[in-house]
Amino acid sequence: MPEARDTAVDVLLVEDSPDDADLMIEALKDGQLRPRVTLVEDGEQALAYLHRQGAYLDAPRPNLILLDLHLPRKNGHEVLTEIKEDAVLRRIPLVILTASENEQDFLEAYDRHANCCVRKPADQEQFALVVRKIEQFWLRFVRRP
Amino acid sequence: MNLMSNGARPIEILLVEDSIDEAELTMETLREGRVSNKVHWAQDGEEALDFLRRQGRHGGAPRPDLILLDLHLPRKGGHEVLAEIKSHPQWKRIPVVIMTSSTDEKDILAAYDRHANCYVTKPIDLEEFMEAVRSIEDFWLTIVHLPAA
Repeated sequence: MPEARDTAVDVLLVEDSPDDADLMIEALKDGQLRPRVTLVEDGEQALAYLHRQGAYLDAPRPNLILLDLHLPRKNGHEVLTEIKEDAVLRRIPLVILTASENEQDFLEAYDRHANCCVRKPADQEQFALVVRKIEQFWLRFVRRP
Repeated sequence: MNLMSNGARPIEILLVEDSIDEAELTMETLREGRVSNKVHWAQDGEEALDFLRRQGRHGGAPRPDLILLDLHLPRKGGHEVLAEIKSHPQWKRIPVVIMTSSTDEKDILAAYDRHANCYVTKPIDLEEFMEAVRSIEDFWLTIVHLPAA
């Protein structure tokens, strides 16, 4: 993973809503580091990407994962659990971004070692601002492995 | 945006830091923050665990919403404290931000391996140090949805 620091920064976005994904990719690309964003639309694809299976043999190891909770095929909680139980993948900072109003979703995500959870604001501008703040904090401020 | 926006109660922060100067600077900077918060200071690893266990002089301690943890601490080091927090059934959900002067890759990996929520290095310069605390405050207290219990 350290080799990524000097080159491009990769973000894996796991999001099934095309509207939310578009907004998030735009906001991320506004960031100073201009990260490369890879979008996958369900939990199975996210894990295939991280394990470099199938179509993802050459996938780079992402520097940051943005994970929605309500996903088709395999939901975000299951994906989170698999990542955080894996000795290597667990080191990748993972931010849960969800519209969930259910506090239990947040507690479970923290119990499963999500690095942090953020509620998606309904307002588009607020949403874009939150994504930019995530980019700023996790890609430019925090020390990543 | 998060549970803090309703302003029901101040955010309880546990600061685990052995340097008096850095602790005071951190507390002062947090006090000036936009989100109402209360900082509780533990000077070493054992005291941090006493606070979480509500033992000794920490009998009435609240459950912290966020923990800021230095790595190089007397009595019990930060890595050990982190491991205890993150393997405890009730404490593991409390976000732990590692705040340390160590830039050693081994420390960074060991912290993430033990489920630190994030790792931040403390700048030596005073202004930059305060700026770093403000960045943590700005992100964790206004953007993040902290666990409610």
